[in-house]
Amino acid sequence: MKADVLQVQNLRVYYQTEVGAVKAVDDVTFSLKPRERFGLAGESGSGKSTLALSLMCLIKPPGYIEGGQVLLNGVDLMKLSEDEIRKVRLDQIALVPQGAMNTLNPVVRIKNQIIDGIVDHSNEIPRGALEERAHELLKRVKLKPEVMNMFPHELSGGMKQRVCLAIAISLSPKIIVADELTSALDVVVQRQVMLTLGQLQENLGASVLLVGHDMGLMAQFVGRIGMLYAGKLVEVGPVREVFKKPLHPYTQLLIDCLPSLEAKKRFKGIPGLAPLLLNPPPGCAFHPRCPQAMSRCSLEVPRLAEVSLGRRVACHLYTGDKK
Amino acid sequence: MTELLKAVNVSKVFGSGGLFKKKETVALENMHLSIRESPPSVTGVVGESGSGKTTLVRLLMGLLSPTEGEVLYKGRDLQKMSRDERLEFRKEVQIIFQDPFEVYNPFYKVDHVLTTPVTKFHLARSKREAQELIENALEMIGLHPEETLGRYPRQMSGGQRQRVMVARASLLRPRIILADEPVSMVDASLRATILESLRKLSQEFGTSLLYITHDVTTAYQVSDNIIVIYQGSVVEIGDAELVIKNPQHPYTRLLVASIPLCDPDQRWGQNSAADLVKNTSPMLNQGCKFADRCPFTESKCRTNHPPLFQTDGHRAVRCFLYEDSPVISGSAVGEVLLRKG
Repeated sequence: MKADVLQVQNLRVYYQTEVGAVKAVDDVTFSLKPRERFGLAGESGSGKSTLALSLMCLIKPPGYIEGGQVLLNGVDLMKLSEDEIRKVRLDQIALVPQGAMNTLNPVVRIKNQIIDGIVDHSNEIPRGALEERAHELLKRVKLKPEVMNMFPHELSGGMKQRVCLAIAISLSPKIIVADELTSALDVVVQRQVMLTLGQLQENLGASVLLVGHDMGLMAQFVGRIGMLYAGKLVEVGPVREVFKKPLHPYTQLLIDCLPSLEAKKRFKGIPGLAPLLLNPPPGCAFHPRCPQAMSRCSLEVPRLAEVSLGRRVACHLYTGDKK
Repeated sequence: MTELLKAVNVSKVFGSGGLFKKKETVALENMHLSIRESPPSVTGVVGESGSGKTTLVRLLMGLLSPTEGEVLYKGRDLQKMSRDERLEFRKEVQIIFQDPFEVYNPFYKVDHVLTTPVTKFHLARSKREAQELIENALEMIGLHPEETLGRYPRQMSGGQRQRVMVARASLLRPRIILADEPVSMVDASLRATILESLRKLSQEFGTSLLYITHDVTTAYQVSDNIIVIYQGSVVEIGDAELVIKNPQHPYTRLLVASIPLCDPDQRWGQNSAADLVKNTSPMLNQGCKFADRCPFTESKCRTNHPPLFQTDGHRAVRCFLYEDSPVISGSAVGEVLLRKG
């Protein structure tokens, strides 16, 4: 078995507010294998973007890392200095942030935006080689070379998203973190961008961490999926098994309420509302909405435990009888 | 059966650009649509961003005046209505906007959006009656009045706010609800709840629904009929089962093949229709708008604008691939949608 490229252990990321700490990421543990496609899915406010940012050490006040480790090839990123982490970003782990198309600088030509990141890591490359590199990168994300000299406003949403992908892979990182990569695009363009990401990943031999709320996209793209609810991982497993036989009641209800193109059925939402992270319910955060809640659920926080090979779930339904 | 809301050959052109270089954008072209009084129907309008969906809603609401053609409500042109007729129209046709965050005034409690229609349209004779009406409307869509009334918008989630909007629309017992991307800003679990409440409204009060969305899957789930628009013109129109299960227009085929299905065993095919499509940005040309991306393009596609061909009893397609089928005129489009058994 190959060593994990990324290990996240008991990570806690909180936001300081006047009325207490908001636990956006609470005791999250998972790992990423080489060349793997791992998905982190959750509704808005479940902590997925915070988690993605914390992997890059990009949490800014009032957010802070309360505890835990992020090990990239065995190196704890949380212990690195700002200068050291700058060397790691883009070179080893690259982020395509949420709404990536709006992160491009409107007054800088595309080629210069691509070159920027490369120069920051090594300023000895001659200008000609840099331009050639930018040209090559655009080709890899299936953009025409003319795009080099264009400005962001001349590009469509899908093209801008591809430019962001080109920047992310400019130093051949081992991990690409894609946060809601295609949520602003329509399905036709979304499919094309996702297929491009898949090809890039295979060519680079990189791992992809896809963060998002679109379960359909997860089913299409990832190999393994983790479900986030109220800042906690509630279920992790191979995507096919999770969709076919979800274990956690939250995953079950969520998958049940996804519309399909099969027979028409009545819509069923999950009753109740997602909890506020400032003051989550005691015990399992899902228990007020859970149809299978027991008295234990409101008292004890369930731990994420392995129930079968590669499948972990945080629910008393599965861990109860073992103790 | 009388036609309630009808768009006849409606086009909308926006002028843009500078003082000297005027640039025209055709947002909607020769659109025909009709919604009948009964039986109540759910019509889904599907298109990508920029295809003219929101322009269509605004035209149907009378918020924009068409450049060409006319929008009729009960046979009266929206732009030429008298004051009383307009009031009636405003009462009977309700809209639910996309963004549940921007429709509220943050300084007012949410009660405001519910009490305003009651007073404006004199729905209740006493305060007590008004209260009862509002509470019933909220309960019908699954909100507890005691948890909802008296709160400020910021104290509610996006899903709750959007459901209050559904409750507001239902207060007036409208004949038609235009829902412009009502669930695009809420999570999957709430999306289902909101769509179910819209469907319930339609069934209980006999309200027709025009559901505008970019999400083909929910459109299929909710709608009886589907209209697919591309670059401002209708490419396929007809029964939801036919259009989605067996799409005919190359664009509809591409759209359906691109849906990320929630099933890991049915991944995007590597050689599906979607891969045949050329990845060029659409350009304006005289003929079919999809010609530059279409794998079946012939020379006539670039020069002639294809009419709608009626390929089934309940479906019409704007594509020369089906030119053996009879051409239907715009005003007959409504018939295609209605001959549902």
